[in-house]
Amino acid sequence: MNLAIRDIRYHRGRFILTSIGLGLLLGVVISMGGIYRGLIDDALAVLNVTKADIWVVQQDTNGPFAESSRIPEDIKYRIKGVPGVADAAPLSFQTIQIEREGRPFRFFLIGYDLNGFGGPPAILAGRNIRQKHYEMVVAKAMKMALGEKIHLGLHDYTVVGITGKVVSSSGDPAAYVSLADAQDIQFKKDNDAIRNDRERVGANISRIQTLSQAQTKFLQKNITDITESTHIVNAVVARLAPGASLHEVQERIARWNHFRAISDAEQAKILTKGMIEKARMQLGLFRIILLVISAVIISLIIYTSTLDKIKVIATLKLIGAQNQVIVGMILQQSMLMGVIAYTIGYILISLTYEKFPRRIVLEPFDLQMLFVIVMVICMISSFVGIRKALKVEPAEALGG
Amino acid sequence: MYAIEIERLTKIYGKGETAVTAISDATFRIKPGELVAILGPSGSGKTTLLTAIGLINEPTHGKVLIDGTTVVDEGWRPGLDLKQFRREKLGFIFQAHNLIPFLTAQENVMIAMEINHLTSSEAKTRATALLKSLNLDHRLNSYPMALSGGEAQRVAIARALANNPKVILADEPTAALDTENGKNVMSLLKTLAVENHSAILVVTHDHRMVEGFDRVFHVSDGKITGEERP
Repeated sequence: MNLAIRDIRYHRGRFILTSIGLGLLLGVVISMGGIYRGLIDDALAVLNVTKADIWVVQQDTNGPFAESSRIPEDIKYRIKGVPGVADAAPLSFQTIQIEREGRPFRFFLIGYDLNGFGGPPAILAGRNIRQKHYEMVVAKAMKMALGEKIHLGLHDYTVVGITGKVVSSSGDPAAYVSLADAQDIQFKKDNDAIRNDRERVGANISRIQTLSQAQTKFLQKNITDITESTHIVNAVVARLAPGASLHEVQERIARWNHFRAISDAEQAKILTKGMIEKARMQLGLFRIILLVISAVIISLIIYTSTLDKIKVIATLKLIGAQNQVIVGMILQQSMLMGVIAYTIGYILISLTYEKFPRRIVLEPFDLQMLFVIVMVICMISSFVGIRKALKVEPAEALGG
Repeated sequence: MYAIEIERLTKIYGKGETAVTAISDATFRIKPGELVAILGPSGSGKTTLLTAIGLINEPTHGKVLIDGTTVVDEGWRPGLDLKQFRREKLGFIFQAHNLIPFLTAQENVMIAMEINHLTSSEAKTRATALLKSLNLDHRLNSYPMALSGGEAQRVAIARALANNPKVILADEPTAALDTENGKNVMSLLKTLAVENHSAILVVTHDHRMVEGFDRVFHVSDGKITGEERP
C-alpha cells in the first residue's frame, strides 16, 4: 500500500492547490530559462540570416551592433578584391521608433544592397524588394499588412513582403529596405538643414579673401558634396571562397587603416557575451532565487505535513513499521509534488510562451536539467520532514 | 505457558536526586485468553508499565517474557528486533483509536498486515473478514472521520488483531467512548480474548468497566497495590 498516494488522495484539494502554486513558480523559472535562450537567439538572429564570414567595421569599434560604426560604402569593392573573398555586401542598421496608431512603434531597419546579400531570409507573403526606392519587407512580428505604408525620414515606404522571425539584439522586429533608402533615412538631412549648412559653408569660404570667385565656388561644391554624401554604411559583410583562410583575410583587411575585420564567431561573442551577459546573469540570479524559494516552500509544506502526521507516524512505528515505510511516504510525497508542480509549470509555459512579449525558446536540455534540479530540491527539502519523522517516538501514539 | 510474565519490573526516570520511580518491582503473569486490567489514577505508572511490556520504553530493572520469549532481562534482550517482535506478537489499541485518517477502515487494518509482509491481496481478504466479524462490513471504505466513536474503536481493534498477536495491549480504550459504547468494546475484547486465545492487558482509570475483566491489578504511585477478581 502506498501511503504517500493514499495521503495525497485524501488531502487532494490541499495537495493540488499547493502543486498549482509551486507549478506557477516553476513556470516562471522555466520561462526565465526560455527568455535567456530567446535573448541569445535574438542576439544572433541577424548574424544567422546574414550568413557572413567577416564583418568589416570602423577601426577600433565593436560595431555595428555593440557600437556605432560608419565606413564608406565603396570599401566593398576593395574588400571584394581581397584574395579569398567570394562576395561582399554593404549593410546599414538602425533602430527606429515612430508613432503608429497612437502608440510607439519600434523596429530595427536593415538596409541592404539589392544585388548583394544580407537581405530578408525568406518571404512568407508578398514579394522581395524590386525597386530601389520606397519598398520595404517587414518581419511578421511587426504585424503590418501588405500594401500598408509607413512614413520614414522624408518619404513613405510601402510594405511589399513579409518575412519570418528576424529581430535585433534587443528583440525589436526587423524591417528591410534598399541600402539607398536606408542611407537616406539614416544620413540625409531635411531641406532646411541642407540649405542652412550650404549657407554656412558659403559664408565661411567667402571670408577667405585670397580665393578667386571660381575657386570659392569649386571649394564650396566639393565641401557640400562631402558633407551631404549619404554613401556611408555601418558594416560591409563578406563571404569567403571555399578553402580560403579566414585569418589571412582578416589580417589583410586589418593592415588597411581605419577598418576592423571581425569574424562571424567574434561578432557572435560580442553579441552574446558582451551585450546580453548582464541580462543573462540577472535572469540566472532570478532563477536561483526562485528555486531557493521553491525549496523553502517545499520544505515548509513537507515539514508542516509531517507535523500534522506525528501521531500517524508514532502509530505506524508502534505497530512495527520500519523507518523506510515512513521515509518513503514523506520522500514520495515531496517528489510527487515536484513532478506535478513541474508538469503544471511546463504545460502553462508551453501553452503561453508564444504570447510573451519577448521570445521564449524552450530547449529540451534546459527543461530536462530543470526537472533533475527540481527532483534534487524535492529530495533535499524532504530531509527536514524525514528528520522530524525519524525522531518521533512510538510512545507518542499513546495518550489522548 | 503464560502470555505475559513480568518479574520485579522497575522503571526509573532520571538519575541521582532527580530520579523518579515510575514503576517499582511490578510482578504478575497473564495467561492466554485472559482479559486483565491495570487500574489506577493518572500518574500512577500504568502507562509506563504498558510501554515497558509493549517494548516501547526500556525498563531499568526486571524481566519481561512475552509468549515464553524473554524480551527484557535487565534491559532489552541483546539482538532482539523490537519492531519485528511488536509486529508479530503484539497488538495495540489506543485511547483515541489512532486510525490513520487518510486510510479507509479496510486499509487501516491492511496496513498492519502489509507492514508484517503480507501481500496486498492476502491483507485485503483478511482485513475484510476481520471487519465483517466486527459488524463493520458496511464501513469497509469509510474514512475514520466518517465513523462513530464506537465504530472507529472497533476498526482499531481489528487492526490490533490483524497479525494474530499473542498479546494485545490497550491504552484507555474506553476513555473516549460513552458508557454504552465502552461496555460494547469491553464485551468485544472479552470475546476476542477467549476466541483468539490472546492475553489482553488494558490500562484504564475507568472504574465503570471493572466488572468486565477477569482480573484487575490496582496501581498506585508506581506499585501494584492489589489484585481483584471482579
